[in-house]
Amino acid sequence: MEYRLKVPFSGDEIRNLKAGDKIFLSGTIYTARDAAHKRMDESLDKDGSLPFDIKGNVIYYMGPSPARPGKVIGSAGPTTASRMDIYTPRLLDLGLLGMIGKGKRSPEVHDAIVRNGAVYFAAIGGAGALLSRCIKKSEVIAYDDLGTEAVRKLTVEDFPCIVVTDPEGNTLY
Amino acid sequence: MTREVNVSEITEALAEMCIRANHFLSEDMKAALDKAAEKEGSALGKDILSQLQENLDIAGKDMIPICQDTGMAVVFLEIGQDVHLCGGNLEDAVNQGVSKGYTEGYLRKSVVNDPIIRENTGDNTPAVIHEKIVPGDKIKIILAPKGFGSENMSRIFMLKPAQGIEGVKKAILTAVKDAGPNACPPVVVGVGIGGDFEKCALLAKEALTRSTDERSPLRHIKELEEEMLEKINETGIGPGGLGGHITALAVNINTYPTHIAGLPVAVNICCHVNRHVSLTI
Repeated sequence: MEYRLKVPFSGDEIRNLKAGDKIFLSGTIYTARDAAHKRMDESLDKDGSLPFDIKGNVIYYMGPSPARPGKVIGSAGPTTASRMDIYTPRLLDLGLLGMIGKGKRSPEVHDAIVRNGAVYFAAIGGAGALLSRCIKKSEVIAYDDLGTEAVRKLTVEDFPCIVVTDPEGNTLY
Repeated sequence: MTREVNVSEITEALAEMCIRANHFLSEDMKAALDKAAEKEGSALGKDILSQLQENLDIAGKDMIPICQDTGMAVVFLEIGQDVHLCGGNLEDAVNQGVSKGYTEGYLRKSVVNDPIIRENTGDNTPAVIHEKIVPGDKIKIILAPKGFGSENMSRIFMLKPAQGIEGVKKAILTAVKDAGPNACPPVVVGVGIGGDFEKCALLAKEALTRSTDERSPLRHIKELEEEMLEKINETGIGPGGLGGHITALAVNINTYPTHIAGLPVAVNICCHVNRHVSLTI
């Protein structure tokens, strides 16, 4: 099936998604990859804070190439999700409802997806020029010193992805 | 007679090559993708391949890198022994070229200074540089920016001679199957067989810079390349790892003599953005 969904999620709208469904996301999503996840984890240890409200939100595992002058962003495709696996169950338990990446996840992430009624999407790996067209705004909101690995708040329109792991735990790969 | 070449020529050439390689795929790769899109039987697989073709068009037209992972710059230099390099240090010149290309070309800076401390160097240097001295008075530069989604899925197997060609086949298939969706299929599989530990890995990397439509000149290796491509495309991993027939675009195998006690096999996997450009000075 094909659906158009708004992000952040309330939780109800994703409950019936099935692995293999094609989704077009519109709204606000946040980028974070290896180094940002490590910092967020350390920040949670220290004082329980995160650089954005994680409840109902979606994290896109992505580090863009620099924007040319006048452009919103450079190339912007997904990175391999499994590198974030050790940090992910904690974020899901805090209310994260969606992730966009590519590749398989660990059993721990799978269980945390089911436990929290969340969803894991894949975007097409290596299609960063095409995907950049769906990104209408990009703003670094934390860890600017990490360069491409900084946390960015993105406004997306009809961002295409595929449900890989649905809230019931069915998996496409 | 020696021929003088100023290393600044290498800097300028590499800067341009970094930008070109990250926005335009070589003709063989484009042709391989077109053929894949034609042959793919799964509807989802076909859809993904057509989006990859569209992605390539946009990259070239709008000058947005094909993939955001514009790679670590791998540079092969074949330096003629009659060349006298002047004007500075060769490796500095290479890194200056990479720095210039990645900065002026709006390419991603993906290199950290130390594998443990992990601070971004800010200009994608240093490059990984392989130098070879060859006859003649020319310098051939091959640049292959390598993304790490697929690099992370690469493997080396130190097989026993008794495992023979069947062991080699199993090693290649294991690496590709374990890589699954992570390596951004359809992949190009670079394989090294023989040499020692590091030579074998280098053979695999060099194999990725060979044109995807050029088979090994050795008959038994050509047959192995063809058989492995067929077997890999029977795994069902498919484009994007979401199921389908086209999991690999090509299998390129390079070989080298080895020791009586060994049969090293290296599998260096590259995503569908298999970038390689070359230039002779």
